[in-house]
Amino acid sequence: MEVSTDWYLILSAVLFSIGATGLLIRRNPLVMFMCVELMLNAVNISFVALGTELNDVSGQIAVFFVLVVAAVEVVVGLALVVAINRRRRGATADDISVLRG
Amino acid sequence: MSALLLATEAAGNEAAASFPVLSALVVLPILGALLLLLLPNSRPEYFKQVAFLVSAAVGGMAIWVLTDFQTGVHAAEFQLQNSHTWIESMGISWHLGIDGISLWLVVLTGLIFPIAIIAIDAEHEPKAYYGWLLVLEAGCMGVFLALDLFAFFVFFEIVLVPMYFLIGKWGHGERAYAATKFFIYTMFGSALMLVGILSLAFLNEAETGILTFNLVELAESQMIATTTARWIFLSFALAFAVKVPLFPVHTWLPDAHTNAPTAGSVILAAVMLKLGTYGFLRFGVYLFPEAAVFFAPALVTLGVIGIIYGAIAATMQHDLKRLVAYSSVAHLGFIVIGIFSLNTEGIEGGILQMVNHGLSTGALFLLVGWIYDRLHTRQISELGGLQKPAPIFAGVFMVVMLSSIGLPGLNGFVGEFLILLGAFSAHRWWAVVAATGVIIAALYLLWAYQRVFHGPAKGDNAKMKDLTLREGLIMLPFLVGIVFMGVYPKPVIERMEPAVDALIQHVEDHVDDFDEPVANIGVVVEDHSEDETEGDH
Amino acid sequence: MVEAAWLIPAFPLAGFLLLLLVGPKLGEPRSGWIATAAMGGSFAAAVTTYIGLLGLDAHGDADNDRQYVQTLFEWVPAGDFQVDIGFLVDPLSVTMTLFITGVGALIHLYSIGYMHGDPKFSKFFLYLNLFAFSMLMLVLGDNMLLTFLGWEGVGACSYFLIAFWFDDEANASAGKKAFVTNRIGDWGFMVAMFLMFTTIGSIQYTDIFANAAGISESTATAITLLLLVGAVGKSAQIPLFVWLPDAMAGPTPVSALIHAATMVTSGVYLLTRMNGVIDVSASWAPTTIAWVGAATALFAATIAVAQNDIKKVLAYSTVSQLGYMFLAIGTGAYVAAIFHMITHAFFKALLFLGSGSVIHGMDNDQDMRHYGALRKLMPITSATFIIGWLAIAGVPPFAGFWSKDEILAFAWEENKLLWAVGFITAILTAFYMSRQVFMTFFGRYRFADVRAEELEELAAMKVAAAETAVTEAEAGIGDAEAAVAKATEKLEKASEKLVTREAEMADADAADEKATEKATKNLDKARDGVEKAQVAADEATTAVEAARRAVSAAQAQVAHVAAASMGSGSLEFDLFVAPDLGDIAEEDLPEAARARREYHPHESPWTMTLPLVILAGAAIVAGGMNLPFASDLHFLDHWLEPTLVHPAHLTSSASVKWILAIVAVMGGAIGIAAAVMIYLKGRFPASKVELPIMAEGWRFDESIANFMGGPGRKGFDLVAWFDATFVDGAVNGVGRVVREGGGQLRRLQSGLVRSYAAMVAIGAIGLIIWFLSRASF
Repeated sequence: MEVSTDWYLILSAVLFSIGATGLLIRRNPLVMFMCVELMLNAVNISFVALGTELNDVSGQIAVFFVLVVAAVEVVVGLALVVAINRRRRGATADDISVLRG
Repeated sequence: MSALLLATEAAGNEAAASFPVLSALVVLPILGALLLLLLPNSRPEYFKQVAFLVSAAVGGMAIWVLTDFQTGVHAAEFQLQNSHTWIESMGISWHLGIDGISLWLVVLTGLIFPIAIIAIDAEHEPKAYYGWLLVLEAGCMGVFLALDLFAFFVFFEIVLVPMYFLIGKWGHGERAYAATKFFIYTMFGSALMLVGILSLAFLNEAETGILTFNLVELAESQMIATTTARWIFLSFALAFAVKVPLFPVHTWLPDAHTNAPTAGSVILAAVMLKLGTYGFLRFGVYLFPEAAVFFAPALVTLGVIGIIYGAIAATMQHDLKRLVAYSSVAHLGFIVIGIFSLNTEGIEGGILQMVNHGLSTGALFLLVGWIYDRLHTRQISELGGLQKPAPIFAGVFMVVMLSSIGLPGLNGFVGEFLILLGAFSAHRWWAVVAATGVIIAALYLLWAYQRVFHGPAKGDNAKMKDLTLREGLIMLPFLVGIVFMGVYPKPVIERMEPAVDALIQHVEDHVDDFDEPVANIGVVVEDHSEDETEGDH
Repeated sequence: MVEAAWLIPAFPLAGFLLLLLVGPKLGEPRSGWIATAAMGGSFAAAVTTYIGLLGLDAHGDADNDRQYVQTLFEWVPAGDFQVDIGFLVDPLSVTMTLFITGVGALIHLYSIGYMHGDPKFSKFFLYLNLFAFSMLMLVLGDNMLLTFLGWEGVGACSYFLIAFWFDDEANASAGKKAFVTNRIGDWGFMVAMFLMFTTIGSIQYTDIFANAAGISESTATAITLLLLVGAVGKSAQIPLFVWLPDAMAGPTPVSALIHAATMVTSGVYLLTRMNGVIDVSASWAPTTIAWVGAATALFAATIAVAQNDIKKVLAYSTVSQLGYMFLAIGTGAYVAAIFHMITHAFFKALLFLGSGSVIHGMDNDQDMRHYGALRKLMPITSATFIIGWLAIAGVPPFAGFWSKDEILAFAWEENKLLWAVGFITAILTAFYMSRQVFMTFFGRYRFADVRAEELEELAAMKVAAAETAVTEAEAGIGDAEAAVAKATEKLEKASEKLVTREAEMADADAADEKATEKATKNLDKARDGVEKAQVAADEATTAVEAARRAVSAAQAQVAHVAAASMGSGSLEFDLFVAPDLGDIAEEDLPEAARARREYHPHESPWTMTLPLVILAGAAIVAGGMNLPFASDLHFLDHWLEPTLVHPAHLTSSASVKWILAIVAVMGGAIGIAAAVMIYLKGRFPASKVELPIMAEGWRFDESIANFMGGPGRKGFDLVAWFDATFVDGAVNGVGRVVREGGGQLRRLQSGLVRSYAAMVAIGAIGLIIWFLSRASF
């Protein structure tokens, strides 16, 4: 069995869907962050796969960008979660609706 | 027509060498407002004096412009022009000019503002109050003087802000509601006008290759297709219709007038409503003559409805100020009819009435404001029998009221008569119906006068103070104007006639099958159909 | 001399301005004299102009030279519409100015006496002068616009003067009613002006006169009818006459000046001035004018018959006489109309001023039922009033006969039915004017009579007092009976004591002296006590009797007064028999009635009676202006000829004219005789003639008022409500829609991150699907 690019793309799609579904369903902020990471890394996989297939190095460069963004986002996000948890222990995403219209 | 362009340019170049009085008329009030900002808060009595001095200076300059205005053949051109390029890439310039049509409105503005400032004290926060009044003056002057569409739009919108604050902060009753309603309603109207202005400029560029916002150039080029021109005219007309106010977009006016402070009401009635009618004349008819001719019957109809409707609604009002507000709707209906008769008598009557209405309704609002200061009520049911304790006040009120009714010998009659005469030539049956408006005007004004001044005085009303010397002096220019313009309106009409004739000529030139609706002069018709007795188009 | 024309209105204008500035300082009576002098100057200028005009040849050339136009300055030069302030001096305008200034000056003089003591004395003359100025501009103006200026000016001054005593709401309302009703007419005048301008391009009378023949018939008819609307308003014809009777609320000189001599004649003047246009209109247009006039004349005359206010009779009479003038115009007899206008000005002003003199002398009472037998008490007033009466009733050789007869003659030639209406009106005119004269100056002196309302009031007071007395008396009975009971008790006690003492006496007889003395004393005391008690008991019983009598007397009094006030014949108004007071004593009469017994009606001062005498003289000789006997005596006819396009002449034979004249005189005689029967001799009850519906003016005014106050007001309210609810509601509705919409949209912003994420996901999927669907592989 040849492991072609499609396999990677399918893997990426599956991982993305799992991440997206998890983001929509889970309430725990940490788990939501994990799902976001999952989505971002799924995209990374597809970037690398396609970059290899099309012989374009910009796919791998994009991965770097995405990784940096993911890292930054996680830092900020976790800081927010920690701050919120200090106020209210066990707060879930559903409890924080201060920015509602 | 290109001769006119050249003449205006020449006049503009000539004027640029001398003192730019028109720019001063616009800029000086703003400088005055800035000056007020700098004055220390510890001396509040200075605010009113500084504001009065600045506006009086503006008034003086307006009188200077009046005396400097050249009559005769030059009166048709734009005189004393100031022109500076502003945004070159868009063809926008700072271009001011005055002609017979705007002359009297500028004089009216220059005279009303100092009177409004000196007549009424600000109840609180005088610095901001007088500052806003000065900014308002600058805006009004700018509207009447602007010859560049962009500049015109800027000034047209600028006047909304000070009036909003004046009504909202210094008014009474439901002032927040009235101020917001006024602001949003008027801005809604003019929002579309911005689209119209831009489309006009860009469509004109598409045809001629020159991007310009200059009024005279755009009016002379007339390159826009007919249907498009009509749509653009409508966008302008909506803005002006709200400002006038024309039925049915008039309902902001009673609320704004009733809840505004006295000075605000005076300026709103005397000056700001004229921005709309002036806009119709200068920017509606001048820029889009064909559309103006096409929509004239509709606008005249709305005007006639406004006259009758406004008068009937005025009859049933319980608040004296609201009654005067509705009477303004009726009077402005007359002016619109005059303008869209598109003949000399009608338009001249319309411009005359703009000035007359400013005088009589401005005076009326001052008087009502003074009644409110003395008796703290504007409800007609609570007033009564005021003539006995205050006969001079009643006498002045009577003169102003008769001017509003249109008694011959006073100013209101000349304008009203010319308007109806012009309208009769152009739209006969509309004029006949509109003339019945004078009956209803007598009805509601006399009824109001009777309920307020005649009869026995109730309670505290018997102790009402009569007109003080200061108030009498303030009223004096109004009364002089009312009588003078009724008895000898010739100098006023003389100065506006060439410009009006030029405008009508412009309409005739650019619209096929249009001839000015005039009377048959010296022609005596012997056949049996009445329709041929007047030169209708 | 003709150039003096501008002075005619200038004098009253100067008077007005002077009084405006320093009137209150000049005070009474100087401000009155200044105003009168202004009018006198104006009259002098009018005479000067007249003499000057006489000098101009009437038949110089085909253009009829007897006219002179004096232009002062340009008024409204707007495009093709060029109107100047200028005066047209021609026979018609000069005639009008002569009698306006003449009669006006007399009325000014009269007012000095009449308005004596009024706090707003100078203001009155201010308004009078302004009025005179406006009226003179009306008749002297050389174009329709200037006439309109004067037209509206007199309307405004009429408003000021009618509402002069504005403390009373009724007066203020009357003024407003006059102005607004006139405005309806003004609308017609204005539209006529527009039509005239668009037809011949000018509204100058000289141009109109020259070009009138060429106006198309339909246009001329329209102009005529519109002018008729204007004239109907100003000259108080049907249906716009309703302001004139109410206008009597103003001071009497105002009624004389405005509503007799000047303002109301403006309509007649206007139609006469525009006779060129009327001439070319369809023939039914002048016929309409004639019928409006005739109908009004008859209608108003019937109402005048039943009026009790001396001024209201004259008001309706004015409306009726104006109807005659309109009738004359409608038949083309312009000269007759002007003739009647002049004679009417004289005798109606005379009658009004006379009635003012009567009112002044009768302590401001205007009800004719309270007059009677004033002939000897006010000799000059009554003599002049009688002359005026004879003039208006059409008794030759007084002025009214000549003018009215001429109108009737023209009516006969036009339409016999018109003549019949005019004839019946003439009879009624003679009747109601005779009624007025008899009720006021002849018959029994009724001023001091107790009036039914007063007696009723008195009776009511007495009934109330009597009932109070009854209540008190009944309370008194209670007390008295209690006293009786007490006294009886005392008597019993005293008697018992007597018995006891007598017994003691009997016992003490056998005992010693002291006891006997004591017992005797006690016995005496007891006997005294019994006597006293007996007396007291008797008194108490008497008191009860008296109280009982008082109660029955009071009740009798109540019954008596109640019976007396129950519409017994003795309290009803009767011209000839004094009211029966019954047993009401002199001292019990109401205060007002007693004051009236002391009051002595007096003649008025010379400032008031001199104008009466002068006007009476005019009423006698004015007929000489246009005597029908020979063509040479038709002075007015010849004088006014240049102003008329189509001077009318009677075509009937002399015998027909004589018969008509005799019939007219007989009609007047019938009217006077009927009045004599009813009001002088009392052979026929007045109530059969003075029907209530006539007194109410056929409910015409009432129905208008009901309409305006009821459905009219509701209609107006509807408009105001519509504006507030729908038009404004739409605006507020827009605001509300935006706010509500925003409120709904706001719900998307839940603040929940997960729902945002879900929306992002759905949106992204949607976009992908959309792109994919458009992509071509």
